[in-house]
Amino acid sequence: MKVAVIDYGMGNVFNVERALQAIGCYVTITNDPVVIEAADAILLPGVGAFPQAMQSLNETGLIPLLKRSAQEKPFLGICLGMQLLFESSTEGIPTEGLGLIEGRVERMRAKRLPHVGWNSILRDEDVYFVHSYHVVTDPVNVIASADYMGEDVPAIVQKGLVTGMQFHPEKSGAFGLSLLKEWKEAVEREITTGH
Amino acid sequence: MLKRRIIPCLDVKDGRVVKGIEFVALRDIGDPVEIAKYYDASGADELVFLDITASTERRQTMLDVVSAVARKVFIPLTVGGGIRSLEDISSLLKAGADKVSLNTLAVESPDLIKQAADRFGSQCIVIAIDVKFEDDEYFVYTYGGKHRTELRAVDWAKQVAALGAGELLVTSMNQDGRQSGYDLRILDLLRDAVDIPIIASGGAGNANHVVDALEKVDAALLASILHDRKTTVEEVKHVCSEHNLPMRFVTTPTD
Repeated sequence: MKVAVIDYGMGNVFNVERALQAIGCYVTITNDPVVIEAADAILLPGVGAFPQAMQSLNETGLIPLLKRSAQEKPFLGICLGMQLLFESSTEGIPTEGLGLIEGRVERMRAKRLPHVGWNSILRDEDVYFVHSYHVVTDPVNVIASADYMGEDVPAIVQKGLVTGMQFHPEKSGAFGLSLLKEWKEAVEREITTGH
Repeated sequence: MLKRRIIPCLDVKDGRVVKGIEFVALRDIGDPVEIAKYYDASGADELVFLDITASTERRQTMLDVVSAVARKVFIPLTVGGGIRSLEDISSLLKAGADKVSLNTLAVESPDLIKQAADRFGSQCIVIAIDVKFEDDEYFVYTYGGKHRTELRAVDWAKQVAALGAGELLVTSMNQDGRQSGYDLRILDLLRDAVDIPIIASGGAGNANHVVDALEKVDAALLASILHDRKTTVEEVKHVCSEHNLPMRFVTTPTD
């Protein structure tokens, strides 16, 4: 399975690449539309601030292609990459996102931010988070949440072919890799049955 | 619920882990990858690699170590020791480090903390603060504890947090190596001063010392008590858990 990891200069993409390779994906870090078109799935990584990320993404000229691809093949956003899937963010200058899932990104209310470290989701398994903003969306889009200082943190979101993970599966040990594997297997089912 | 973290710290010299003695389960007790896998399987929440190489080849050697470990072990990796520039940080992150730990460089060029946080994100900038209590004050030391600065630990912590540091790694020089417990007072003072996560270091002699520290701060760095097999990560976590500290236990088997 070929995964195109979108290269737009925001954050460390190498560990995402290593984790995908470890579970048997063929990975290309790229901003080449031809490579993205040819991939079986797209991964949007991201670390940093929302407005700069959208600006950098805009400068690649890839946004129309990414929006179209998200309707056609599996698309995974990780950390800031998940936040970019939504319609808007209030981080810094209010900015429009990709709008692939309805909802917005807001600063968390917790006194102690960022939310850094291992927190439990799903069946009480822990994953590694680093962020200060979270998404606000219809619960129907939320597959898993974490609790941080009494605040609900959407951790995995999904709508159609688009999936988002607020934590770093590539840094969440064996459980994180197992989540990436589940996603990979879902993509493979999509390849064989979807088109 | 957010978990407290247990972080083994490995000293690396010329590409090999040193001071790691009693690892009976490992084929090669100096191999960073083997040791990292061992700690990952035993429940370590992160790993810190401290480069104590003195030679000029240190940079490439450490990059090779980080890159080899990052291909096999998927938990956060922090690298400290001898980082001199933004370019050093950039190459470590590319090699597979998730965070870098800065000490002397941060004290000598505080602007660099802001530049590094702006360029790479606060999440990967750990500021290591070596503190020594003397003359009724906690002073910040640099150059591996050899040079006393005029900085007070609390003031410095506030300053680095404002400059964009993502976490603090606080080592008590009074307690380091004594195995009689962490300096809980400085942890209290820093906890009140900043909101970013604090990692306690220096002084742990047993799991109960770790409990004392984790009742105040977010994470504990452990070296000799793990390497000498006085205890294990799992054992420490169980003791912490008995004291109602939220800990992460690994349930998904590693391949």
